[in-house]
Amino acid sequence: MSLQELLLLRHEWALIASVLILLVLELNFSEEKKSNSISSASILFAIVTLLGFLPAETGSTFGGMYVTDPLRILMKNILNISVLVVFLQSGAWLRTKNNYNRITEFYLLMISSVIGVNFMISAGHFLMFYLGLELLTIPIAAAASYDQYKSKSAEAGIKLILTSAFSSAILLFGLSLLYGSTGSMYFSEMEFSTNSLQILGFVFFFSGLGFKISIVPFHLWTADVYEGSPTNVTSYLSVVSKGAAVFVLVLLLVNLFDPLRQVWQQVIYGTAIFTMTIGNLFAIRQQNLKRYLAFSSIAQAGFILLGVIGGSALGMASVIYFVLVYVFSNLAAFGVVIAIEQSAGKINMKDYNGLYKTNPRLSLAMMLALFSLAGIPPLAGFFGKFFLFTAVAESGYFVLLLIAVLNAVISLYYYLLVVKAMFINKSEFPVPYFQSDYPTRIALSGCVIGILIIGFYSPVFEYIKQLCLASL
Amino acid sequence: MVEQVPLNHALIITTLMFFIGVYGFLTRKNLITMLISVEIMLNAVNLNFVFFDHYLFPGKLEGHFFSLFIIAIAAAEAAVAIAIFINLYRNIRSIDVEQVDKMKY
Repeated sequence: MSLQELLLLRHEWALIASVLILLVLELNFSEEKKSNSISSASILFAIVTLLGFLPAETGSTFGGMYVTDPLRILMKNILNISVLVVFLQSGAWLRTKNNYNRITEFYLLMISSVIGVNFMISAGHFLMFYLGLELLTIPIAAAASYDQYKSKSAEAGIKLILTSAFSSAILLFGLSLLYGSTGSMYFSEMEFSTNSLQILGFVFFFSGLGFKISIVPFHLWTADVYEGSPTNVTSYLSVVSKGAAVFVLVLLLVNLFDPLRQVWQQVIYGTAIFTMTIGNLFAIRQQNLKRYLAFSSIAQAGFILLGVIGGSALGMASVIYFVLVYVFSNLAAFGVVIAIEQSAGKINMKDYNGLYKTNPRLSLAMMLALFSLAGIPPLAGFFGKFFLFTAVAESGYFVLLLIAVLNAVISLYYYLLVVKAMFINKSEFPVPYFQSDYPTRIALSGCVIGILIIGFYSPVFEYIKQLCLASL
Repeated sequence: MVEQVPLNHALIITTLMFFIGVYGFLTRKNLITMLISVEIMLNAVNLNFVFFDHYLFPGKLEGHFFSLFIIAIAAAEAAVAIAIFINLYRNIRSIDVEQVDKMKY
């Protein structure tokens, strides 16, 4: 193995190095200055993110177990940016008294999980894929139960670790059947013919991955875990962990499982309809904003499946573009929820009544984020949904398209409920005026700029589409 | 020479084991037993890999390696899961899954 080959793993090396550096740095901080690790972790991760954007070699190493190409690097960069935003938003929460002694742990868990994400996306062998998947989930389960003294947080951790263990067992059972029928676990060597053992294996595999994306029959853990976890972990779960699973699903379905296309198109047709509809209908009745965003993210997962169904380059590009937009919109929404929870300790929808009077800029950011999630024209979310719908229409599923458009209308209703609460409803005790710390403001304005710009700056989509065409 | 057990029989055993695990996971009330059920499922998968290697692809070692990795990761998972159970026990003095119902609907 040459240095050239080792450098292919640049993203992973950078992350592993940052974990080690963080560990050593923490030893050197004195007892009163433990909070230094907040800034040092953020700066380290910013450097890692920037390193990811340098031009990179492509190829495969470890005998084909690890693959990297421009598309995968783009995916990793999108997820790195979103993790950076999560880090910037979590400073205020980590400085509170209960967490003060365990600040570094949070960052270590998060960065380890990002390493898992990177390996999972770059996998060329199912062993690497499985290792990445577990490395992604296990640290997050620990992070979900980070609030030591809240039983809700422990409950979220339990629900997450048990469902993820259960789902990975299902996924592995599918993999073992696929191994039995193809005789290899290398993506490049597996040959599919639609025999029933392979279809069974694929269905198990898809259900296992469906737990991670929270597709409907497997979504029951989502709302509880999102509500119980610390809000920063929730935003990580809803953006990075879900985004990574979606990316992997797209890569595998379009490239590896292409011969089984007839099968997975039917599977996705059904699950997409249920995911969108049930996610939307349950979101309407939520009062807790974290649960509300959980169901909204389930509905968004349904929309994401729409792009996968065609299995074309356009579909793939629209999924990746949609995730990029979803990352910014969701992180902006969570950023506002986190800021308000930190300053006022309130996360219910009626606490947001009259927010515009006291915190106009914050409610504007929230409004833009929700409008982008709903897909209202001038914002990026509209273009994301537009490309998804184009991809569905291109592959000829017009009934599915009709249901998707109806769902987009339903989603508009509940997104507007929060906007109405902020701008129109009156409250005797609105959340008082406050100013959040600099990193949070930087992160929020970054997200808002992303929401405003990505839609209008067409080279983004062109670039993604080019990469997808090249990877097919 | 003793006649070898056919692959079908081996697969029936592993499939039964897997679904016994699923049943246990869905019906048991104690969190530790739920974790044990997941381990049963994972062991069924391990056996599956080893059987396929032994019967269908005798020269290959991929299945053996996969099952070794699964064992290691299951241990890591159990460690984190039990740590979280202890955390829950400190908070609510119980590891009954019926008590873990602060959040619903």
